[in-house]
This record gives sequence, structure tokens and C-alpha cells, in this order.
Amino acid sequence: MQLNKLKISEAAKGLREGKFSCEDLMKDCLAEISLKNKDLNAYIFVDEKMALAEAKEMDKRLEKGEDLGHLMGIPCAMKDIFNTKGVRTTCCSPMLKDFVPPYDAEVVKRLRNAGMVMIGKTNMDEFACGSSTEHSCFGVTKNPYDVSCVAGGSSGGSAAAVASDMCIYATGTDTGGSIRQPASLCGVVGMKVTYGRVSRSGVTALASSWDTIGHFAKSVEDAAIVLNVTAGKDAKDSTTPDIEVPDYTSFLGKGIKGLKIGIPKEYFGEGIDSEVSDKVMEVVVKLEKEGAKVVEVSLPMTKYAIAAYYVSMPAELSANLERYDGIRYGKKPVGSAPKDLVDYYFAARGEGFGSEIKRRIMIGTYVLSAGYYDAYYKKAQKVRTLIIQDFNKAFEQVDVLIAPVSPFPAFKIGELADDPLAMYMADSLTLPVSAAGVPSLAVPAGMSKSGLPIGLQIIAPQFEEGRCFTVGDVVEKVQAE
Amino acid sequence: MLTEEQVRHVAKLARLKLTDEEVKKFAGQLSGVLEYVDILKEVDTEGVEITSQVTGLKNVMRKDEVVASTATREELLACSELEVDSNQVKVMNAIK
Repeated sequence: MQLNKLKISEAAKGLREGKFSCEDLMKDCLAEISLKNKDLNAYIFVDEKMALAEAKEMDKRLEKGEDLGHLMGIPCAMKDIFNTKGVRTTCCSPMLKDFVPPYDAEVVKRLRNAGMVMIGKTNMDEFACGSSTEHSCFGVTKNPYDVSCVAGGSSGGSAAAVASDMCIYATGTDTGGSIRQPASLCGVVGMKVTYGRVSRSGVTALASSWDTIGHFAKSVEDAAIVLNVTAGKDAKDSTTPDIEVPDYTSFLGKGIKGLKIGIPKEYFGEGIDSEVSDKVMEVVVKLEKEGAKVVEVSLPMTKYAIAAYYVSMPAELSANLERYDGIRYGKKPVGSAPKDLVDYYFAARGEGFGSEIKRRIMIGTYVLSAGYYDAYYKKAQKVRTLIIQDFNKAFEQVDVLIAPVSPFPAFKIGELADDPLAMYMADSLTLPVSAAGVPSLAVPAGMSKSGLPIGLQIIAPQFEEGRCFTVGDVVEKVQAE
Repeated sequence: MLTEEQVRHVAKLARLKLTDEEVKKFAGQLSGVLEYVDILKEVDTEGVEITSQVTGLKNVMRKDEVVASTATREELLACSELEVDSNQVKVMNAIK
């Protein structure tokens, strides 16, 4: 048995039954990494010694009878946007190439307190801007199902690491689809939480009114187990409300008899591969047989979500990335000797940022500049209100919504790289959900004819992640049958 | 449509040094994005409130107590590549 193929639930059981040690588990993950990572480029940094030492430490503590819960001794892959004390954290940007944070992000701290053992840091689009990891300064992550295709993005490294069993679970961030889309393209489970459910403290900020922290797992149950640890109020992130964190695993195995599922018609229409929508609907039909009531709903503002996002997001991003000036944050310029302080800023930012970041900073700067603020930024914020109202209305009629995650399965590396607008379309079905700040769980829904994974998302009202798990659990079961 | 001159102006506002090739490439690409987002004009937003926060939290306060910092001064200073003098990072003159 290759232990790296286990789920959290299985590994936790095996560890406690003494079938294997944390060290064994880590060794199998590391062996898989040395076998596959060269081709996939999911990890950009692995510290074998550290990982094994941490695993052994957990073995000792387990032997002493200490039990920190399900995640104790379980190897985790960390997206390189999470600050990790003493471990380089680059956001896959030249700007932060040598940055070693002096502290752990809140989520990292919570996971460590629960016994997490970190394997390494995973690849992503620079500053999490992108849908393919092609914007990473460490090169693209390849899809484990077809290495000529992308793994999705921005958290492509984490998704590929889980899909290829180079870890047991992984962390990610989702601002406009950066967990769900790669999860869908790599055929794994991806949890995007309600805005504010998980603390963002110590995770590099992108678009502050959109950013959420989540994770990738091999099963819906595993996703619930991780959220039990990461969710909840944090004094260091004032957007985390003091709302009770239920035991998310208690939502599993409940069945869906009488549950109302909404099918948003706009998510199945123009621009969506028929193969994708067919697969998702096949699963929905099976859910109906399990006792769910399926109704069609409409989210008419869907088609405006991309435009609203690509005004609002770059605006917030350009403000957040202002701090990377080569002094407060970021590398000092090396290309030329700056003639004064202003020139220094220009040089540091010109050298430190890649093309996509420059593009987005420019869009953001433009839409926030005098004379355009109302026409673009305010307008987008108003449209966002209307998108939220769409979801509110839908959730008056139904308990959850089910839709495809990505309009198409994994695309070829390079196919969209030079066409930013075409790349932005990859997020057309995840962005509206982000706009409303509601939770969404991406779950595999089958394979395309060419052997690439297809994913669906279960969308619930704010802070109702539990419903995602209840339905996701059944989605897994009906497909296994 | 953004002209190359406008691209240079926006880059100046954003303090980004761009090469001539970048200016040329971005003029086309950014124009495409801006033309696309013009679709928002179709939407009637008369009387619609703006959204800047989605969960409705307001005035989140904490107790006015000193709490331990996540990192020490020395650790933070060590993050900088620049020369450190008297616990401060040395930068180029702002005023000559």
C-alpha cells in the first residue's frame, strides 16, 4: 500500500491503529514527489529533512498518548502565498523571491496546532492572479491527467499535488475561483468558504473584499475535517465574524431527501462545453433519485460578473500591491542604478512584477483614477450588489445551487497565455459566487471523453458550508455506485 | 481604446517602469479589457447601493490592550535587503 494515496480520514485511522507511522506516511509522499514533481512542477520548494523531522516529532507525541485530532501527523502541501515561519514564501513572484517570513499565517498556526506536517510550498500564478499557473515565475504546473494541459490556477500546484498523491491535502486561496477551478481541472475536492469564515491574517492580500482561504482534499469528508480546524473568528482579521463553527463532519451522511437544489440556467448555456454541462446534469439526475427536488432558477446578472470582477479586483489589487516598493516589501532593483528615490520605486516594481501583475495594476490604477472612478469602480460595486441580490432571491427558493465549475476541462498549456481576456473567461462560473461571498464546494463530476476531469460546484448561502458537505457527500456516493 | 501615451501615464501613476515593448503590448491588451468591461453600462444601477463588504459587519472593535507582536523588530528588520542603521532601514534621499 502506498500510504500517500490515503485520505486524511484513512491515514488518521491507520496512525492510531499503529499500522504505520507519520514518518512512513511522509516518506511515501516524498517518494511520490521525487518520482512525479519533476514533470508536474506542483511543488516549488520541498524540505525533506524538515518534513521528516516534523513527522517524527508527531510520532513521538502520538506515542506519548497526545492526540491533536485528525490532522495530526498528516502531510500537507502549502500554497506559497501562506506565510510560513522560516520557510521562504514567494507568491511565485520575482518581487518576493527571497522573502522568508518571520511568522506563520493564522491558518498555518491553526493547522500546526492540530499537528499538521508541512511537506513544502506549492506553485501558483504570481500573487494568485491567473487561472493556469502560467504566470508563475517558477514555470507552469502541469495537469496530472495530461501533462500537455494546465492544472488550472491560481492554486494549480496545490490541486496537482493532491490529484497526484504527492500529499494528503493542500491549502489554497480563492479570490475569483482559484481553488474551485484547479480542483475541477485536476479532479479533486476544493473548498471555497464564505468570505470571512477563515482568517486571512498572514496570507498575502490580493483583493481584500474578495479573498478567501480554503483547501484541497481527496474527499468531501476530508474537506470538512480541515475546515473544522481552520474556520472561526480571528482578532487579527476583523472580517471574520463571531459565528459559531459547527462540527462540519456532522453534516455528512445526512442524505438529501426533500432538499431543494436549484439549477441556475445561465450556468448551462452559451460558452459552456456541452460535455461539461451534460456530466453535471447526469449527477443532478442521480441526486433527484436520492430524494432531492430539482428546480431551475435564474441568476440573470451572471453575464456581468466577469466585468464587475475585472474592475473591482484590479482596483483592490493595485492598492494592496502598492506596498511592494523595494523598501517596505520586495526586492531592491538590480538592473540599473536608480538616480533618485522615485526612480528606485519605478525600477523595483518594474523588475519585481511579471506581466499579468503589471496588467492588473494598470487596470486598477486606471479605473481608480480621477474621472473614471464613478464610471468603472462605483458602477462595478453597484453591479456587485445586483449579483448578490440574484443569489439572495435564488436562496429564497432553494437550499443549494449546483453548477459546473469551469466552462471547459483543462486547456492546453499556452493556449490562452497571450490572451488575458480569454483567460478571464475561465472564471465565468466561479466569479459570481465570489462576488456574493457565499461558500462553494467543488466536487468531481466525472471525466471528459478525452480523459480530463470535470467538476461541479455546490453553492450555499453565507456560512452554510455544512449544506455543501451534505450534498457533496451524496455526489460522491452516487458516482461511486 | 487606450493609446500608448495613456499607458505610459497610467504606468507613471502606478510607479511601474515599462519597456517600449510592454507599452505596446499593454495598450492593446488593456484596451481589450476596458472595452469588454463596458458591458457594465448595459446594467441599470439607478438607486442601487454599492457593495464594498459582503457579510454586513460594521465597526469591528477590539479591546484597547497591548498584545504581543507577531514578530520582533530584529526579525522584521532582517526581512529587508537594505542596509540597517540604528534600527532603521536606509533608503535614498527623499529630499535633496
